Amino acid sequence: MQIYLPIAEVSVNAFLLLGLGGMVGILSGMFGVGGGFLMTPLLFFIGIPPAVAVATEANQIVASSFSGVLAHLKRQTVDLKMGTVLLIGGLFGAAIGVQVFKALKEIGQVELLVTLCYVVFLGVVGGLMFLESLRSIRHAKKSAGKRAPRKAHNWVHGLPFKMKFRTSGLYISAIPPLMVGASVGVLAAIMGVGGGFIMVPAMIYLLGMPTKVVIGTSLFQIIFVTGFTTLMHATTNYTVDMALAVLLLIGGVIGAQIGTRIGVKMKAEQLRILLAILVLAVCGKLALDLLLEPTELFSLGPGGH
Amino acid sequence: MFRIILAALLLAFPAQGEETIVADLSQNNVSITATFDGTGILIFGAVKRFQPAPDNGPMQVVIAVAGPSHPVTVRRKEKRFGIWVNIDAVEVDEAPSFYAIASSAPLDQVLSATEDLRYKISVDHLIRSVGAPSTVSDPTHFPEALIRVRQNNGLYTQKGGQVDLMDETLFRTQIKLPSNLVEGDYKTRIFLTRNQLVVDEFVTTLAVRKVGLERWIYNLAHQRPLIYGILSLTIAILAGWLASAIFRVLRLN
Repeated sequence: MQIYLPIAEVSVNAFLLLGLGGMVGILSGMFGVGGGFLMTPLLFFIGIPPAVAVATEANQIVASSFSGVLAHLKRQTVDLKMGTVLLIGGLFGAAIGVQVFKALKEIGQVELLVTLCYVVFLGVVGGLMFLESLRSIRHAKKSAGKRAPRKAHNWVHGLPFKMKFRTSGLYISAIPPLMVGASVGVLAAIMGVGGGFIMVPAMIYLLGMPTKVVIGTSLFQIIFVTGFTTLMHATTNYTVDMALAVLLLIGGVIGAQIGTRIGVKMKAEQLRILLAILVLAVCGKLALDLLLEPTELFSLGPGGH
Repeated sequence: MFRIILAALLLAFPAQGEETIVADLSQNNVSITATFDGTGILIFGAVKRFQPAPDNGPMQVVIAVAGPSHPVTVRRKEKRFGIWVNIDAVEVDEAPSFYAIASSAPLDQVLSATEDLRYKISVDHLIRSVGAPSTVSDPTHFPEALIRVRQNNGLYTQKGGQVDLMDETLFRTQIKLPSNLVEGDYKTRIFLTRNQLVVDEFVTTLAVRKVGLERWIYNLAHQRPLIYGILSLTIAILAGWLASAIFRVLRLN
């Protein structure tokens, strides 16, 4: 069934959009990522104008993250206190990021810089997670039954303004979560994604949070950052397509519920290695687009200054 | 030689009122609804004349439908530091969002190059590009690329032999409008030619408009953006909550 999207001004198959939404929703629920880093390129591929794809994707992420976070709240795997601290940093970061984006746009080449950002961050994050998961799986096999050694204290624990994060079982300074939130906020605004794929590893490796809590908390924070982004796009660029968002989110919210349940049944290491492979695959695809000669060297964009 | 003299005579004494086009469209409005998936427009008409048909070559008809024109930025990628990057950009001031030409025979047989230029019939005469930056060494490649890209997208079409003629009087053709149609007034021009020269021109407008829900969403997004944004967020949160609630009920049962 074809459907004409009022803002994007293209006609697409409604079932294709439902399917894409569902697929990305499953991943979103499993890994606690918004799925924007996957969905946005997929929308480009089916012919949605990039500006509309980025803005509408933010709106859809709100829905799937909200659905996901409710499931996590039921199981008490959301650290609301940590989420709020991250969020405060995140909103500051997003505000800075919007300004950086505007500055990049004036120089031109914003498309290239966004793609490079994707390749670098997805590559580094995916690579690190992949190696780490491999190591912990091998370690777990060798010393089956034995407990992993306690985490060593690092510089993070020497900072002031210590707070107790009961759900995460942490007693650390508020500065690192604020900084993580802010830097993810900047990247989220520039790359047009929720930032979960950077947030999740940052929470695990920098803050030392337990993996199960990380996903719910990340989703909690993403709702607010993407909600803010949606409003910004709707009021400045008029590029949020409600019809597209509804179709994507119907698939997305159902997928997120299924994904959350799959995530519970899987071991943390398996979850992490799957996410790492996914991140690396998207990174490889984007890198190839930069490296291989395109069949059409010319591209069209809206004109007028 | 005889042809040239005849052509010169025809130019000197235009065929005033000898043959005029009477034409109409199967519909004057195209409504873009939620399930819009492209449509076909039947363009038909007849040639009115008070004298017998002149015998200087067979009657030919050219029909051109043009969508609203907008400025377009055409960018070209080049390899820099091992990756493909947009380097040169040329601003095309005017390019129609859609352009379809149908003619009763291949266009170059129906129309002379001068007449084509004079009436701006071929798509390359409609594309206006003036201010190419001096850093671009080959600015003519950019409008060509624009035409190529839009031809590949099905937005620019040119079909010879697509207009059916009957008895040197009646003509008709079907123009296919694609699903990725842009709102606006589509100028439809019909040319009657003989011996590659335009005898008469008929112009009408096809209005393409969003209607119903499409219209409402579009207007709200542009006139009340904040309300539209909040509404979008509300829908998203409600959908998220609803899915969660439904799955909870399903799991309890």
